[in-house]
Amino acid sequence: MSGRAGILEVLMPVRSGILEDRAVMVVLCGVWFLFALFEFSAAIYEDQVGKFDWRRQYVGKPRFAYFDTPTQSSKKLVVVTENNVIASLNLRTGEIFWRQVDKEGPEGNVDLLLFYGQDAVTVSGGGRMLRSWDSNIGGLNWEFLLEVGSFQTGSLIGSAEGVRFIAIVKKTSISLHYLSNGHQKWIEALPESDTVHYELLYSGGGGTVYVVGMVAGSRLVIIQYDINDGKIIQQRTVSTPWIQHLRNLCGIVGAGDLICIDSESHSLWILPLESEQESVQVALQSLELELAEEFEGRILTIQSSPLVASSTQFFLQLSDTHYALLHLRDGVVSLLRDFAQAVLASFATTGDKMVAAVMTSRNKTAFSINLYSAEYGRRLLDTAMNFNLDPNCGQPEQLYIQAFLKKDDSVGYRALVQTFDHALIFIQQPGRIIWTREEALAEVVTMEMVDLPLTGTQAELEGEFGKKADGPMGMFMKRLSSQLILLQAWSYQLIKMFYDARKPRNHSKNEITIENLARDEFNLQKMMVMVTASGKLFGIDSSSGTILWKQYFENVKPGSSFKLAVQRTTAHFPHPPQCTLIIKDKETGLSSLHVFNPIFGKRSQINPPALTRPILQSLLLPIVDQDYAKVLLLIDDEHKVTVFPSSRNILQQLQNSAPVIFFYLVDPVWGKLNGYSLHKDLGTQEIWEVVIPTDTQKIVIVKGKRSNEHVHSQGRVMGDRSVLYKYLNPNLLAVVTESTDTHHERTFICVYLIDGVTGRIIHESVQRKARGPVNVVHSENWVVYKYWNTKSRRNEMTVLELYEGTEQYNSTAFSSLDRPLSPIIFQQSYIFPSAISLVESTITEKGITSRHLLIALHSGGVLSLPKAFLDPRRPEVPSEQSREENLIPYAPELPIRSEWYINYNQSVSRVRGIYTAPSGLESTCLVVVYGLDIFQTRVYPSKQFDVLKDDYDYVLISSVLLGLVFTTMITKRLAQVKLLNRAWR
Amino acid sequence: MERPGVRGGLLLLALLGTGLCNTRRPGDVLDSEIAGVSVPLEHSFEFDDSVHYKKRGTLLWRPGRENALTLTQMQLTEDERVKLRDMAGTDGLYRIRIPRKLGSESSTLDYVSSFVRVCSLVESHLSDVITVNTDVSGNIIGVSIVTVPGSCNGAEVEDVDLEVFNTTVHLMQPVLASAPETAAFIERLEHEQAQKAKNPQEQKSFIAKYWMYIVPIVIFLMMSGAQDPNGGSSGGGSGGGGR
Repeated sequence: MSGRAGILEVLMPVRSGILEDRAVMVVLCGVWFLFALFEFSAAIYEDQVGKFDWRRQYVGKPRFAYFDTPTQSSKKLVVVTENNVIASLNLRTGEIFWRQVDKEGPEGNVDLLLFYGQDAVTVSGGGRMLRSWDSNIGGLNWEFLLEVGSFQTGSLIGSAEGVRFIAIVKKTSISLHYLSNGHQKWIEALPESDTVHYELLYSGGGGTVYVVGMVAGSRLVIIQYDINDGKIIQQRTVSTPWIQHLRNLCGIVGAGDLICIDSESHSLWILPLESEQESVQVALQSLELELAEEFEGRILTIQSSPLVASSTQFFLQLSDTHYALLHLRDGVVSLLRDFAQAVLASFATTGDKMVAAVMTSRNKTAFSINLYSAEYGRRLLDTAMNFNLDPNCGQPEQLYIQAFLKKDDSVGYRALVQTFDHALIFIQQPGRIIWTREEALAEVVTMEMVDLPLTGTQAELEGEFGKKADGPMGMFMKRLSSQLILLQAWSYQLIKMFYDARKPRNHSKNEITIENLARDEFNLQKMMVMVTASGKLFGIDSSSGTILWKQYFENVKPGSSFKLAVQRTTAHFPHPPQCTLIIKDKETGLSSLHVFNPIFGKRSQINPPALTRPILQSLLLPIVDQDYAKVLLLIDDEHKVTVFPSSRNILQQLQNSAPVIFFYLVDPVWGKLNGYSLHKDLGTQEIWEVVIPTDTQKIVIVKGKRSNEHVHSQGRVMGDRSVLYKYLNPNLLAVVTESTDTHHERTFICVYLIDGVTGRIIHESVQRKARGPVNVVHSENWVVYKYWNTKSRRNEMTVLELYEGTEQYNSTAFSSLDRPLSPIIFQQSYIFPSAISLVESTITEKGITSRHLLIALHSGGVLSLPKAFLDPRRPEVPSEQSREENLIPYAPELPIRSEWYINYNQSVSRVRGIYTAPSGLESTCLVVVYGLDIFQTRVYPSKQFDVLKDDYDYVLISSVLLGLVFTTMITKRLAQVKLLNRAWR
Repeated sequence: MERPGVRGGLLLLALLGTGLCNTRRPGDVLDSEIAGVSVPLEHSFEFDDSVHYKKRGTLLWRPGRENALTLTQMQLTEDERVKLRDMAGTDGLYRIRIPRKLGSESSTLDYVSSFVRVCSLVESHLSDVITVNTDVSGNIIGVSIVTVPGSCNGAEVEDVDLEVFNTTVHLMQPVLASAPETAAFIERLEHEQAQKAKNPQEQKSFIAKYWMYIVPIVIFLMMSGAQDPNGGSSGGGSGGGGR
């Protein structure tokens, strides 16, 4: 949590249902406990695997990509990504062959990927780990712990015996390692390493390796090492007052010529590494080239193998869209070809042929790639590739070319295009897109699930009832017209069925049409709207995981925070559903709103208000306009309120309900929590303040309850038949602080339960010798939090439950302003015997089903733990009454049963969020786990009590029924005959 | 300015008596133990929702007592009573605040504040409960006020009922959260095991005790099941349903 933050806080005075009779309640509770009796199993059968669940695996945005062998039949791509993943992708399908997920953050950062034969060599963790992977199966060949020091560069070193070594240059040293086992051959300190930055490494296949370093604005240092013993063969210093840095601006071309671009004097510098020659300056003007304003320039070189020298050709980038292919021979630079309108350029080699690929754009979506012979700059015949990108995609960012020799010895190629929205597109000649990977989904920030719309016919009927009546005749006409439309739809469906039956079955299922995007009868299929860190939005069908729409916001800066609000659901036909995405820029703090239709991803016609000040808090109020859109209040840093939509009707309603609208702001920097009330004139006023001193503790989590949560049962029936009423305060906030002192003896976490309307601290407790990361689940009348016990070194979970007691203060409504009595608080703690990354709770439509906690483990499992195990009333010693209540006797350790894993073997890496949504079935809760992977499933916390099972024996039950009917008929007949016979007698 | 604040904090610490602080100076504590520390309690109620705090009373901390917190307060003046009564008909708020740092009465230091609706204060005949919250190290973090009862029904209130506050004050400090009770659980387990060891007869499981009755029944069932394979499979099917 950075800067000010806060969550929606509204008080509507009446919220919970009315309890009329205690007897009713007891009965309902009885039913509840009946469920509770059988609830502790959640596993699925083998034949149900993949029936309700799916998983998508991602790797993240690539940093390096290598095609394994330059042949047409090659089908592997090795990528290293920003998410610290090393993976191999199948070039035919885009699926993952294997994936290795390293630690998160800088510890697992991969700095370098080298590829030799079947081995991929990586340097990761800021230059700490040198690893070699088998690129076929993803197994680790070996790993070697390097000396401490920040990593600069590394390269494969070729010599007369072949490629046997890897050289690693760090800030202060250079070391040589065997490619076969990673062992260090030698390590040497680099001279003057405190002033000189060594950034380039070159070996042309001889027995030496060159390291080039520089002092900005002063000089270049070139050192030549012997690869056998690490002795310095030669060391030169060249005065270069124009040098700024080496990376991108300099490159090694041909047999050891350093070529650099100087943006000050608009010229190239050529400096031979091996001989003592002076550097030569070549003005760009003499090549009829010009460097764009404010552009540093970039040099792109290629070395086809570490055994041979670099190629003598290189690309010079002169502006964002201007590349030039140059050639250096005998110290003379000549222009091979000028590409004045190129988007991207890249080199590729196959066999002894070297090609340059240049991508140009015709318009924003149409691109073409052409191959040029690197040697002469000639365009190669039949190598044009024309393709169109999705208009909702970003622009190309990187181009990787897989070139290969065809049978007739001509060069063929495939291209991998990486776009700014983290998509990977693999294209084959002549422009067919083979596959697309949406790697933006590896970083989902937030999501919502939206109900799918009704089918056209259902909607038509709804519409008929929704419209206002205008006389019996008009209604009759309306009915007739809707019946006609129904008939039309039905006949259309018949025709379609007829056609479909004749056609062979192909993938007509994946089409996005209104027809197949309809709500199913139990509302189990929904639209998942996922917001990713790159600023790309996805609409995903929850039943299959198919991406139905995508939308990319180009102007979203990295590090922005997002909040998604569903303003209008699908329930208000003919008004389309409406979502609003609030994007907050990290640096300026300014926000912008995007209003869109969550079903089709189309931007709405409605113009959102322009926001001139940073937004601190947003509230979605249950006040609706004539078009049923909920009103969104945005509070800026001057505590002024912006209303969206701001029609007169809305403003009128807001004025009327202003006295019951409260909100709060949290400022973790100063440890302040402030409550505000809304005035009739839409001004705000501070009404309470709580300050948690920041010198001892810092606020880490503020968590309210979910606004769509229903609590069915107002109390719990105890063993003696009395009722313990729950304290159900919808405005309650759980605030967790961590101590600033992190010493394991003195560290603590504090949990405050604060009423968001009155600022009253209902409860405060301190957990000593505890440390974060803390996870909080806040629901109904309970709070569960997880922390790390520093003394016992284990994860523990504590549950707090709040009860009003055996009497309810006001059973008809809850108001924070009128609840003077403090609740009774029960608490209990447990040991959780595994590492936890996240905790969330299930939610169902009416809240009758018992709750489970969904715990994402570090191991990749997602555990569905019954809340009954986290019940502070679990008795130490079971008594008659506790058995009556079905309380499980207390055990300090929470059990983990393998059948509780809801994702069986479908591990989910680096879980960042668990989203739960109710379905139309009370028993069923939809779960989406997202992180590096996305996993969707359904859970049934109290089993499927409202659905017949899949294997329900319909034949048996109907045959029994039929049999019974027949028996009654026969016996009736028999009885009649008997009666008749008796009458005759 | 800073010094009294620090002292106040230290005093509170000693008073909480939980031994959280390892830097306290015993001399300070002794001094203030006798006198206690007073905190001004201020209130504000205005028609136009503006905020003008006036002194309502003084909260006095006295260590070592059962009621560590006591409140001495003045009677309401005639004007204030009239104002309160008139405000009861509006949505007005009655606000209170106390300074966050102790022992500095006339300072512009940080405050913590809370509110209650004027109507509920009037209708409860000025009977309110004020809770002062402190954190683990004894700093004041919040204050809250509730009236008993808290509802607003628009009932008429006599002037006599608005003369003196009938206030209860509480000090709320963090309670120690529970820890997993491993020791008690192990003790219980050991106790149970010891009991079982005493009478080995009970240690035998149900099957161990009655196997001579169960085995013939099982054999009988198996024999009858073998004759009718349909019955057996349907039985298995219904058993498999329990997921």
